[in-house]
Amino acid sequence: MPYQMPFKSLLTPGHTACAGCGEILAMRHVLDAAGANTIIAGATGCGEVTTSKYPTSSFRVPWIHANFENASAVASGILAAMRYRCNEASKHRSNESKAQEISEPVNQLTSPEGAPSGSTNLIAWGGDGATFDIGLGLISGSWERRENILYVCFDNEAYMNTGVQASGSTPIDANTTTSEPGAKSMGNSLQKKDMVRIALAHDCVYVATATVGNVLDIEAKVKKALSMTGPKYLQILVTCVPGWYTDAKDTIKVARLAQQTGIYPVVEYVDGKLVNVAKCPRPRSSVEEYLKLQGRFKHLFKDEKGATEIKRIQEKAEENVRKYNLQ
Amino acid sequence: MKHCIEGSNAVARIVKLCRPAVVAAYPITPQTHIVEDLSKFVSDGQADFEFIRSESEFAAASIVLGASAAGVRTYTSSSSQGLLLMTEVLFTIAGLRLPVVLTCANRAVSAPINIWNDQQDSMTVRDAGWIMLYAEDNQEAVDFLPLAYKVAEQLKIPVMVNMDGFILTHVVEPVDIPDEAPLGKFLPEYVPEHGQFLDVKNPVSLGAFATPADYMNIRQEFFDDLVDAKKVIKQELKNYQNIFGRGSDELVEFYGDEKAETVFVAMGSVVGTLKDVVDELNAVGKRARFDLRQARRAAVVKIKCFRPFPTEELQKKLRRAKFVAVIDKSVSLGQEGILATEVKACLSGGEQVVRGFVAGLGGRDITKKQLVEVYKSARKKKVDATFVG
Repeated sequence: MPYQMPFKSLLTPGHTACAGCGEILAMRHVLDAAGANTIIAGATGCGEVTTSKYPTSSFRVPWIHANFENASAVASGILAAMRYRCNEASKHRSNESKAQEISEPVNQLTSPEGAPSGSTNLIAWGGDGATFDIGLGLISGSWERRENILYVCFDNEAYMNTGVQASGSTPIDANTTTSEPGAKSMGNSLQKKDMVRIALAHDCVYVATATVGNVLDIEAKVKKALSMTGPKYLQILVTCVPGWYTDAKDTIKVARLAQQTGIYPVVEYVDGKLVNVAKCPRPRSSVEEYLKLQGRFKHLFKDEKGATEIKRIQEKAEENVRKYNLQ
Repeated sequence: MKHCIEGSNAVARIVKLCRPAVVAAYPITPQTHIVEDLSKFVSDGQADFEFIRSESEFAAASIVLGASAAGVRTYTSSSSQGLLLMTEVLFTIAGLRLPVVLTCANRAVSAPINIWNDQQDSMTVRDAGWIMLYAEDNQEAVDFLPLAYKVAEQLKIPVMVNMDGFILTHVVEPVDIPDEAPLGKFLPEYVPEHGQFLDVKNPVSLGAFATPADYMNIRQEFFDDLVDAKKVIKQELKNYQNIFGRGSDELVEFYGDEKAETVFVAMGSVVGTLKDVVDELNAVGKRARFDLRQARRAAVVKIKCFRPFPTEELQKKLRRAKFVAVIDKSVSLGQEGILATEVKACLSGGEQVVRGFVAGLGGRDITKKQLVEVYKSARKKKVDATFVG
């Protein structure tokens, strides 16, 4: 007898994500919070490969994948099509009833033969490589055009689908297959790019971070974002078992520690104003607790040089605590 | 109705008449006038399509991809570097079987940077899975657009209409722009197939990944559909001809002396020059001594549709030729003119001697005098992959 899920979700079982995959868990909660009246444009990556092996699909909502870097622009096109249909429908209505045209453009999708189907959510999503690096220009274009799209970044801090290569989101000192520690290296030598500030600089109406350590927070943020009109950005830290060299059982624990240590600030901005932060517990855990659960930081626990690096990372966490008033 | 207008303006007018829902584009010379005119139509309230000003050609192609997947008629236009920047998305649009229509204002490719005409841009993306039409003049650049939509939407295959940059896009000449009523008859509203587009009432997944077990079958099916597309293109050319009284239903057109031993093969605006050359050669030939007449006969074969490649049609048109001179405005570096390779493959096993001549790269003028030289050398000398001009 086939396995029966104990609950219903818009992301169905049968996907091929790893045991303990943080991304697929976060994706399920994003989708269920958004609801069935949602269209998804997804980037190439684990989130696509594990869910869409022809001729199967894990999605109970309309979903499209085109290329690695263009999920946001594909969503722009979908939005334009929705807006056109909405305008055509309102013209049609105003011709019939001489009623006022709807001045505020809303996401409405009419099937060509039918009536408007109500407000449809439009979500573009991708991993950190698709977001921080290769797709950044197209995301910027969509934000500039003030498009009513929620962009969700599943941030696992490297190119996991291709075998754990460093991205613009990879944190300092992390061991990836293109930032190996060695005689002349302590791992990744570059700081993680600050996408939140990039989103804020575009005047996105909603900018927030979350971690897969708190799925209810993810759901609340998706719902809040989708209640607002305009460009929106949600970045979710998602544990990657094979990429971070963590135990499958620790997926939630590691993600929680990222927030609780202050190294991954969980923040929420509405119209550019910081309205919410997830506070760190007292006493606050040290970054060492977060790092030691992950094989990607194992080399930092070998010698004095590593200890110095851990201190630097701790300082970064302290800086975040001060900057965002996390305690 | 006939208007004496710029080629780009004529294209913009016919695009508007085709009633796309979404137009996305990024400016690049010599495509700019098309996009500017489309933008102005919206500003002036003369058109109601969504005009999306995109931040790159890559984005423009992605936007029309998304809009087309949402089930509406779309349009974009580009040139040269812009088309190359779109390349990845062009393959995806075709693979997703989306009926996007694109005008390429053909231009040379860097480096050195050069804004003038040749056909290197579109010929470089010939394997993307698009139907590729090449216009000889602005009338064809206009007439090919409704045809493109009609074919694309029937077959779920995107269509690229090529027109030579500057030579056509910036030239002012009389063009007959179809009237709305007959055009509406030829090209009705686009209704996407139920369950084949993004619709919350009928959720579908588009753009799945395929393993070796399926990928090849899907590509082969697409290959077969693209080859079969010739029938539909011919049928729609015929329908268009019946309504508007212009053009022919042929993918390959023959002009000149039926008995000519030496036949040019070309695409795009250079065909116009070749027709003059052929007329002049044939006029001189008629006055020549009887025993020389045969040698002086000339003709030109115009390829209107390069993808799918009209193999049988071309073989038929060239069955009497002894010498075939292919004029290429593009080159596969390290090999020869791209069209020359294709014509040779098409005629392999035949008696014809096919010779390739590369001309007009980066906007270099192709003169009648040069083409007469090509005519002579195609018959006499053992030459190939010759650069002319």
